Formats: sequence, C-alpha cells, structure tokens
Amino acid sequence: MIDAITANHAAALAAKLARVEVAAVYPITPQTTISEKLAEMVSRGELNARFLLMESEHSAMSALIGASYVGARTFTATSSHGLALMHEVLMWASGVRRPIVMPVAARTIGGPWNIWGEHMDVIAERDVGWMQFFCENNQEVLDTVLMAYRVAEDPSVMLPAMVVVDGFILTHTVDAVDIPDQRLVDEYLPRFDPPVKLDMERPARLGGLIMPDWWMEFRYRIAADMEGAKERIKQADKEFSRIFGRGYGGLVEEYGTEDADAVLVVAGSAAGTAKEVADRLREEGARVGVARIRVFRPFPSEEISRLGSRKMVGVFDRSYTFGDGGAMFNEVRSALHGTDSIVKNYIGGLGGRDVTAAHMEWIFRDMLEVAERGLDRKVEWVGLKDGSGRW
Amino acid sequence: MTTRTTEDMHTGTWRTFRPVIDAEKCVLCYSCWKFCPDLSMIVREEGDYPSVDLLHCKGCGICANECRPGAITMEREPL
Amino acid sequence: MSDGERKGRFTIPHEELMYPGHSACPGCGEPIAMRMLLKALGPRTVINIPAGCCAVIPGVWPRYSLRVPMIDHAFECTGATSSGIRAALDVKGLDDVTVVGWAGDGGTVDIGLQSLSGAVDRGTDFLYVMYDNEAYMNTGVQCSGATPCGAWTTTTPAGKEMACRRGKKRILEMMVENGIVYGATANIAYPEDLIERVRTAKSIRGPKFLHILSPCPSGWRMDPSKTIEAASLATRTGMFPLYEYRDGQYRFTKEIKNLKPVEHYLRLQGRFKHLTPAQVAEIQDLIVGELEVLKAKVEAGRK
Repeated sequence: MIDAITANHAAALAAKLARVEVAAVYPITPQTTISEKLAEMVSRGELNARFLLMESEHSAMSALIGASYVGARTFTATSSHGLALMHEVLMWASGVRRPIVMPVAARTIGGPWNIWGEHMDVIAERDVGWMQFFCENNQEVLDTVLMAYRVAEDPSVMLPAMVVVDGFILTHTVDAVDIPDQRLVDEYLPRFDPPVKLDMERPARLGGLIMPDWWMEFRYRIAADMEGAKERIKQADKEFSRIFGRGYGGLVEEYGTEDADAVLVVAGSAAGTAKEVADRLREEGARVGVARIRVFRPFPSEEISRLGSRKMVGVFDRSYTFGDGGAMFNEVRSALHGTDSIVKNYIGGLGGRDVTAAHMEWIFRDMLEVAERGLDRKVEWVGLKDGSGRW
Repeated sequence: MTTRTTEDMHTGTWRTFRPVIDAEKCVLCYSCWKFCPDLSMIVREEGDYPSVDLLHCKGCGICANECRPGAITMEREPL
Repeated sequence: MSDGERKGRFTIPHEELMYPGHSACPGCGEPIAMRMLLKALGPRTVINIPAGCCAVIPGVWPRYSLRVPMIDHAFECTGATSSGIRAALDVKGLDDVTVVGWAGDGGTVDIGLQSLSGAVDRGTDFLYVMYDNEAYMNTGVQCSGATPCGAWTTTTPAGKEMACRRGKKRILEMMVENGIVYGATANIAYPEDLIERVRTAKSIRGPKFLHILSPCPSGWRMDPSKTIEAASLATRTGMFPLYEYRDGQYRFTKEIKNLKPVEHYLRLQGRFKHLTPAQVAEIQDLIVGELEVLKAKVEAGRK
C-alpha cells in the first residue's frame, strides 16, 4: 500500500512491521513523532509491544539492553543531545552484543541551542560499535529499519544499528512510501532468537567482569563481526530486493560514477540534491557522479577505494569534527590512500542550513576545476555568508 | 555469559587466621553458619556440628566474634 | 527467643543459592545480604546490577557465584534496566520471575536516583535493593549521599568541620513519596527479619524498595570480624532503625527501646575515631531527632 507519510511515521511503521516486543521512548525534537506514532499504535492494539515511558534517553537504552538480554526484539529512537546522553550505554549495547535498532533523527548538538538537522550527533558516535545506516528518503527509512534488524540479529553479527534520518528534512516531510505487507516482512525478518540470552534453567551472569587476559579476545570478536557485517548487509539488501522489489546497492549506492572524472561522496538526504544536479551537469557534458554512503559503520573501504581510478573525489560532510576536516572526508581519503585521486572536503548544511542545488552545482564545478588544476585547499565550507571558509 | 562457578577459586589462600571450633562449647545456635559471608561454615543438617570449609574460608573471624559461648577461636596460620 | 530454644534448628532456609569462592573482601556484608535475599526469593529470580562492589564480588568471567541469572549494566541505570527486564519477561510469559535491581548506596541515592525514580513512577513490578555500605567503597571509600554525618572518607578527610553534609539522604522516605507499594529497612545482623521483609516484598506486585545496611570493614576502618557486631549496634543505637512502609503506614519492625548510646557504635569504627566528645554528642542528638520524626510517622499511621 502506498501512503503519503513522514519519515518518522515510516520509522514507526517499520517498528510495527518488525513486531517489536519492547519499545522504550523519551521525547526529543525532531525524533518525538516516532515515539508518538508508536504510542498510538500500541494504544490502538495494532502493535503488541510493551511500551516503556522512560525518564531519559540513557534510561531508554538501558531498559532495552535489559529487555534484549531476556530475548525481546527492542526499539527506541532518539536525536542529538539524547544520543549524546546515551553515549555510555551505546557502548554497553554493542559491548554485550545486543542487536537493538534505533532510528536517529540527525540533529546538531548545542550549545548554543539549535534543533535543526546535520550529522554531528551521529558522527560523534561513529566509534561505539553500532552499525550506522544513512537514508536518502522516507521509503529508505522504512526499508532500512527492517534491514537493520535482519543484519543486527544475524547470529554472526549481533551488533546494534542506528538508522540515520535527516532531522526535519526527512523526519517531518511527507513523501510517498510503499508500506509492505506484514506477510512479506514476516518472511524477510525471522523471529528474534539470540544465541545468548537469559535462561532461568541454566543461570549465568550476562555481561560480567572480564580481566585483561580475555578482554582483547572479546574486543577482537566485535571488530571481526563488524567487518563481517559488510557481507551480511549486502546479502540483506539483495534478499530485500528479491522479496520487496527494491534494493539500495549494498553499502554504497553509485550514481553515474562509471565514467566520471569527479565523484562526490555524500550521505543522507543531500544525495538526492547531488544526483539531480549531477544529472543536469551530465546533460551539459560534465562527467560527474555521486557515491552515496549508505553504511558508514562498518566503513565501506573497498567500495570507496574503487573510486580511486577517478581523477577527483569530493566528500560532502554534513558535520564537522573540529580539528581536521570532516569525519567522512578523513575516512574516504584514508580508503583512497595509494590511488591517484585528489580528495577534497566540502562542509555544508550544518544546523539546518539548506543544502541547495546551487551549492551542489558550485561543488561539482569546483571539483572539475580541481580535477584539472590540482588541489587548491583541503577543506571548503560551502555557503558561508561572507564566502570565507577555505583552508 | 559465564560458564562455571566460583567454587574452584580457593579463597582460603587469603586467610591469615583460621577458625577452630571447640565442639564441647558449641550450642548449635548456628550463628557462625548464618553470618558467614563466604559460605564456608558447613552444617549439613539440623543437629549437626558446624565444620569449616578451609578451601574457601577467608578467615574474617565473624564466626568467632558472633559465637556467644566462645566455641570458636581464630588461630594464626603457620607462615 | 533464646539460642537455647533454637538449639540445633535452622532459623533461616538451609538451601544456598550462592557458591563460595566469590571475590568479596573478608568480612564483607554484601554477600551476607545477597545470601539472605536469595534464600528468601528462591531460584525464580533475576538480578541486575550496576557498577560497584556488587559487580566484582560475583567473580571474574567465566566464573560466577550465584545460582540465579544476573545481568550487568552501567552505573546509573539499575531502575531503567529493571524496567526493561520486567517488560521483556512479561512479553515472554515469565511473570513468575522476580526482578531484583541490586545496587550500592552511591549507585542508588546519587547517580542512580533518577532511573530508580523513573522505575517507581512507571510502576515496574520489581524489588530494588540498596545494600548500603555508606560510601563509594569499590573505588576506595569516597563520600556518598548515604555516608553518615561525621564519618571519615577519602573525600571527607576528618577535619574540624563535621557538618559539611546533612548526613544520609532519607532514601526510603523519598521512595515512599515517589510511589513504592512496599518499602523497608533491613540489617544483615537480623537475617530472619531481613528474609521476612524480602518475602513480604515478593508477595506484593509493583515497585518495592529495600534498604539493607551492609558494613564494609575496609571502608569503616574496623576489623573484619566486627561486621555483624557493628551492624547490630547500628540498629540498637538507633543509628539504623528497622521499619517498613506498607498501605500508607509506617511501622517499626524492631521496636525502638533501651537505646544504647551511639558511642558504642562509633568507637568500634576507625572512620569515627577523630570525633570529639562534643561531636559524638551532636550525633547522639541527631539520632534522637531523626527517631522522633520517624516515631511521629509511625504514630500518624496508627490513628
């Protein structure tokens, strides 16, 4: 059934279709409407889940770790300060291998206050052992929540996943979404039956205290399983496409990259703008393409390194890691190490600033110029009022 | 997930003083058994005299301190 | 009852739900409290614990000292994790299993207070147990919101000023006002009473709170053999009265009469040894005052 809904509505519907058993919620803009939709579904009896009203995001995540240990499929959603408050328990969740799935309505973090969209909150949590899926549109949000459960709960993965939904741009914007049949979702997503869970007949301590003699072995397993998740994500995408008739190209969606001189790497909703502008420029004969990072954790280093045969790779970061350029830029550049590609960082769309077609066109034209003349500077802030922001 | 018990942790090696029970003085009140933090005072069934599990007894001396008839003395382990 | 009447009889359940070989310091009160709790609750129990001594005592992976399942979590979220465990147990049809959130005093009255309050507010059917050793003992004796007035800790080095804090937060009363269905204080020196309190808590659905005094010989600066003696004196001097709250009423579970002077309790412990006679008198007054407040609450319930 096709309906016109927001991405937050789509995320809540996905939780329902996934037959989530325990949901724990705490409000924060622009995530709140996910929690509200879930509350409606539970109160109408459409979703048979325990619905826990928490007193903070930290507690929401903590409740889910407990529930997941008992063997329940769990769900929450958050944003910005809420995600930052969870920081400690995000690491608990991955460290004790609980496959919690959580949409994050990506938003900047204060101070000063700003409730609008960017990726800073998500990027700041890139190293906590969670998979990170970025979505371009509302349909992909619904589909990715389902895929995320499938991958996260795979016994060879058993790691939590965030589904990144651009704050306001997607969370509060209505778009056509094909809502899949429950029967098909049930076929795609098996019941949650984790290899390690509470067993009243064989009492054990779950979590526990691990000394230096074993700690590295436990950490290595997480690292190895995160690496292995790459294959699982590709399989989950293929299987999704078989059952539902749409797929997303695995870890990185490539758009017009085959013959491109300049490829722009971008994640989230700005990819839509980038693709449209690329189409227009290609009609003019400019050889430009877009590589959309769908999965930032695990990092698609192989896919990105294959872009190394292009003259120029630009990286659009919708966040900034103060110190040395954007996080995506640095990781992409690292994956391209040893290739001849020139790599340049473009920063834009922070704190709700629009990323317009004009910005994207400027970026593509700058990339083509760099491809011709060589790198002028490493980092470029796009769309600053006084036109500064280059070094 | 843990897979075994702590029973093979022989915490008795921590001990400096060992409880010695004088059965003559014991009134079978079982305070020593009740208050032992280390489950090292063994009473198999009602009416039995308590005995010490020296593999695990840490020698805290609670049993001796709580024994009202003074049937337990703490004796220094040989060095 | 005298010892003579009980000769050769077990006054608490004989079955153990704990193994020896755990990592508690000699003379620690926590394993005594845990042992009594499990004797009272039986095997259909899940325990969840935050940071603290309680995370070290059950042993190092792959070993474990309890015969019931345990779930570890971060420091400040015992209440929240309890809510999640309860919800999932209910989903799975395991509603006969008792959920116990087991945390120290710092993990309860300080860093864990918010999530405990949330769990009570949510009406989570669980038993929250605060084993109270009156400071952050696992990190090496730092002052907590449950450290008594006048006690030395590494962050309240004994100086001239005793009243730098207001003394122990009244956590049980806070939880009563928060909406618990049952609350009680208990003491490892009175195991039969402790077990009765736990059994009462188990018999009632909803959020329950138990405050167990659990001396720490290292942190209290006393000989490990004195754990039970100190715990007992805490109650007999009125420093730690035993009472419960149920159906809107407070009730003493051990009558307050013939109070011993608090000096007996204080002088047993190195953490109070710096106190001047005037300061000891001040603490004595404090105890009498607190007891009057409590007695008034008990009396109010009787009317």
